[in-house]
Amino acid sequence: MTDVIIAGIGQTEVGEHWDIGLRDLAFAAIQDAVKDSGGLKPQALFVGNMLAPNLSNQAHLGALIADYAGLTGIEAITVEAAGASGGAALRQGYLAVASGMVDVALVIGVEKMTDKIGPSVDAALSTASDSDFEAVQGMTPAAQAALLMKRYMHEYQVPSDGFAGFALTAHANGVNNPYAMFRKAIKLETYTKAEMVSDPLNMFDAAPNADGAAAVILTRRELLPKDFLHPLVKIAGSASAADTLALHDRKDMLYFEAAQMSAGKAMKQAGIILDQINFFEYHDMFNIYAALELESVGFAIRGQGWKLAADNQIGLKGRIPSATMGGLKARGFPGGATGVYQAVEAATQLRGQAGTNQIAGAKVGLIQSLGGPASTAVSHILQRLD
Amino acid sequence: MEIPRHWRLKQQRYSLVGEVCPHCDNKIFPPRDVCPNCGGEAKELYAFSGKGEVYSYTTIYEAPSGFDTSAPYTVALVKLEEGPMVTAQLTDLDNTPVEIGMPVEMVTRKMRNDGDERGIIVYGYKFRRRT
Repeated sequence: MTDVIIAGIGQTEVGEHWDIGLRDLAFAAIQDAVKDSGGLKPQALFVGNMLAPNLSNQAHLGALIADYAGLTGIEAITVEAAGASGGAALRQGYLAVASGMVDVALVIGVEKMTDKIGPSVDAALSTASDSDFEAVQGMTPAAQAALLMKRYMHEYQVPSDGFAGFALTAHANGVNNPYAMFRKAIKLETYTKAEMVSDPLNMFDAAPNADGAAAVILTRRELLPKDFLHPLVKIAGSASAADTLALHDRKDMLYFEAAQMSAGKAMKQAGIILDQINFFEYHDMFNIYAALELESVGFAIRGQGWKLAADNQIGLKGRIPSATMGGLKARGFPGGATGVYQAVEAATQLRGQAGTNQIAGAKVGLIQSLGGPASTAVSHILQRLD
Repeated sequence: MEIPRHWRLKQQRYSLVGEVCPHCDNKIFPPRDVCPNCGGEAKELYAFSGKGEVYSYTTIYEAPSGFDTSAPYTVALVKLEEGPMVTAQLTDLDNTPVEIGMPVEMVTRKMRNDGDERGIIVYGYKFRRRT
């Protein structure tokens, strides 16, 4: 099979963009990605979005964004898988290009969280859980994560500041990412004194909801412009897996089986083993999710994922550098755009353009996008070709 | 307003009615017609005792719309005696601490108002300490 190359990348700063609407955010990222690709012309548009019908009263984003970006006539649809929408859209773009049916695909993740505020946003986010049997009890995504975190700490005797390492690493890495929402390192004391969201989960155990858009242009290697400027980064593996929607229906809720399955399949396709992965962009919507992903993918044995963070093995010079541009925690959580941000950040690392945060000699990155508590997990292996 | 949706779930909400698998005797809640244990068809109704214990719990301070007047409230994963786990609020706690493993029982309580003053009041299961 011919190589599918990430030919163009673009992203907007993640934050609270009160003065920028959904379509303008998307267009900004698309413009940058098309330019970065050397002017490739997309034939298909896949939009990763989670909440626009709810938060912006706007569905039908395929047509909206194709229209606004001056791309009418192309195929354009939305891909929704809650927080994994971006990863799922990337996979649809990859499948389209890999199949040969589409020569150039544009994948855009976009989310506009700040069109509503407070309880309305919490209610919208809760629609990603089981509406009849979870959300009806007043559950929120943060409370779901807190339930997992409480049980995890109980089973594995984790100290109260056991998850601090995830927040410290993410915020340290966010400092040097000009697109990150938070660019300030934090101290352990900041973590231990943080306000409780849902006990034992505090403000620094959760990622901030934010606006943002990120885009990638995909094409096959032989279709690249002759004067293509960048080192080649290919999608070497792509897989997705679904688990039970409701947390209470899991046989074993302290193991993210969908994360294991999708990562395993993507690695198998790429012919990559764990030791060859130079960095991991996990979906640290909550620190407990990062710990469970490290364990489920295989970087730590069960109950020990938090120790990788506590021992700084996830730092830029650690055993498995993670959240290298700040992760969800510091870059921010722009809903369904998140998985595309991960792809943009990983491509930046693999091109060798990550600046101060560059992982020396990075050849292979794993990115993983989660919907809910890994009810959906989408994994991609990105690889530099030399 | 979502009247049909709440109405069709009244057996589950008021009486914790699930299913029992005729092939492997696995008890199922919420009902899903296919046994998650053996994969067989399971449509036989089964009323749960409502007794269980707390598997994990947390308190919600910032609640979604519809619940904001109830905050703060405590939610839990409750492991039912018959096997399944349910997500539910804990109630009647009277400021006494909750613990993992605490025995609880199901009670019927008001869950939320659905929309404005003309909206229905949704009732359903919560769990209280069992002594």
